[in-house]
Amino acid sequence: MSRLLIKHGRVVDPSQRIDAGLNVLVVDGKVARLAERIEDRDAEVLDATGLVVAPGFIDPHVHLREPGFEYKETIASGAAAAVAGGFAAVCCMPNTRPANDNAAVTEFIRSRAADTGLARVYPVGAVSKNLEGGELAEMGEMARAGAVAFSDDGKPVHNGYLMRRALEYARLFDAPVIDHCEDPTLVAGGVMHEGAVSTRLGLRGIPAVSEEVAVARDVALAQLTGGSLHVAHISTRGGLERVREAKGSGAAVTCEATPHHLALTDEAVADSSYDTDTKMSPPLRSAEHVEALIRGVLDGTVDCFATDHAPHHADEKALEFDLAPFGVVGLETAVPVTYDLMVRRHKLPLRLFVALWSTNAARLLRLPGGTLKVGSPADITLLDLDARATVNPDRFRSLSRNTPFAGQRLRGWPAATVVGGRVVWKRDRK
Amino acid sequence: MSVKPASRLRGKDLVGIDPLTAGEIQLILDTAEQMREIAERPIKKVPALRGKTVVNLFMEASTRTRFSFEVAEKRLSADSLNFAASASSVSKGETLLDTALNLEAMQPDFIVLRHQYAGAPHQLARILKSSVVNAGDGAHEHPTQALLDALTIRLKRGTLEGQVVTIVGDLQHSRVVRSNVLLLSRMGAEVRVAGPPSLIPPGMEAMGCRVFHHVEEAIAGADVVMMLRIQLERQGRMNFPTVREYYDFFALTPERLKLARKDCLVMHPGPMNRGVEIDSRVADGPHSVILEQVTNGVAVRMAVLYLLAGGHGEPASD
Repeated sequence: MSRLLIKHGRVVDPSQRIDAGLNVLVVDGKVARLAERIEDRDAEVLDATGLVVAPGFIDPHVHLREPGFEYKETIASGAAAAVAGGFAAVCCMPNTRPANDNAAVTEFIRSRAADTGLARVYPVGAVSKNLEGGELAEMGEMARAGAVAFSDDGKPVHNGYLMRRALEYARLFDAPVIDHCEDPTLVAGGVMHEGAVSTRLGLRGIPAVSEEVAVARDVALAQLTGGSLHVAHISTRGGLERVREAKGSGAAVTCEATPHHLALTDEAVADSSYDTDTKMSPPLRSAEHVEALIRGVLDGTVDCFATDHAPHHADEKALEFDLAPFGVVGLETAVPVTYDLMVRRHKLPLRLFVALWSTNAARLLRLPGGTLKVGSPADITLLDLDARATVNPDRFRSLSRNTPFAGQRLRGWPAATVVGGRVVWKRDRK
Repeated sequence: MSVKPASRLRGKDLVGIDPLTAGEIQLILDTAEQMREIAERPIKKVPALRGKTVVNLFMEASTRTRFSFEVAEKRLSADSLNFAASASSVSKGETLLDTALNLEAMQPDFIVLRHQYAGAPHQLARILKSSVVNAGDGAHEHPTQALLDALTIRLKRGTLEGQVVTIVGDLQHSRVVRSNVLLLSRMGAEVRVAGPPSLIPPGMEAMGCRVFHHVEEAIAGADVVMMLRIQLERQGRMNFPTVREYYDFFALTPERLKLARKDCLVMHPGPMNRGVEIDSRVADGPHSVILEQVTNGVAVRMAVLYLLAGGHGEPASD
């Protein structure tokens, strides 16, 4: 019997409305007891003095690139980056090569992740065969093999008929459909947010309405079908407004926001002088959208945070802004970026911060974690809210370095990550 | 109020008008006026850049700008190397970064870059030791064009301040309009821009201009009317209907020109589409200073290279 005792920490568990100094005893990978005093001579002790003990953080949106793009990231390197960023679990998008559009690929990802033994990896299956937006992929087989949701992420599901059927069919497995909401005919080859900055920089703009019209369509389809819709990486005021209305109508609509869309504006493209690490899809938006997104987090319209961790090789990013691929890594910066911005600056209560990184994602994706209830899997994230450090991409576990946060000094870093009762990562204390 | 010229340029590069102060613009224009005189001499050459190497790296087709830079370089006694390539072949071959690093390994003093994508000169300027001169980047900036336009106006009018300058055309895809709006507004001119609403990007006003949809309103009382080339090759069929309709609504015709001031200057950065954005009677008429712009282009490029090389005041005659 393996036993782990996490002592002297401040336990913050929104699922049980707990915020108190408690010890946590883990036995055989499950939470066994929460109490003010626990003595257990046989247990390995993890001293959490001065630390927050939270249900394991979950990143519902990452790209692990394996199979097919192992030079950008592998399941092993991505899982290592996840735990070093404080994440006990990640959901990986299906835009690999071959795409995760059938059970064999789903099983491959699951077994690779199990061999790695770090973060839990929950595959997201494709909505359409080869992500082509034509025919439905075998969602049932993938669900049986462990897919927790369905998405053509990277691309929107442009065909309204297909999206309708996907939302209907996914009800069979009680799985959400995650859509990258963008109307490609309005994106029209744009490379950054359309506005005064894109005009000044002479870059082709992506209008905010390209997201809003896609969210509006998806919301209407969710209302029609009764299916669960999760809007990936929402970035615009209008898109968020459509989600807010949908929630008011009782539709099963949720959404996520990324650290970079919350912390940066389109001015970052100008300030960095066309640094391609400020290029992602959807693009960094103007201040009015960023402010709306922050309000959406504070008022609960945004259900969870997600990194949209999108590793790209340095050679691919060292191109003209128009030619470089979209995407930034996020796993190893997400927690301090969101803590510093949302909790310290915008006074988001800590229990909501934990819910946004853990409990809520578990609920909307029907995952076993997100709680420290007795009997649940012992996935635990420890946070050092006073730790200050500077983002140094050279120290990333991820194979890629494409972050817009390099050199930023941030406060509130993960201290240790526990998965299934095993301490899989601990921060070096300097 | 006239702007006092700066004593030197602060940066090692000229990537755009945006980073320049009014004083630096004034310095370049003053220097360019002196450079014009060199072209009047029997021997059109000074030794100012003797022993300096300039690479003209043109990743996008250009005749006029490349020739203009070459003439400027030769008149200053620099050694010019021309490198022409297509940026679209980038997937097959070397990246821009590698090309630039390879060229820099031969220790040039300047890299003059024309590129089809916005920001390419900025990306190179960050990593290269040589001075990078932007000869046009995508739909972003074309600083030497705006400088030569300003020099042309200044020579004709004596000043830029208070001049009403109207720029008409495809504002969305034009680097010329961006550099001109930035420069002219910074120097105290009143800048108006006009074009089909479907070709006006958002937030242009913030760059320092007033935006018009109807060309007649924009031209009324103007001191200068600058027509932009309609880049048919960059248009889908959804931005405006036809060239015929464009001429109808936006072309500079003798009738429209009557709305401007009597002694209005007509400018065009070239190459012109006669009968599309400009009527030949106007292009070749008494108001046109289009060929003087070309002449001034050489002087401005000489001034830019000379100043970036560390020169100030008047170039030594011999």
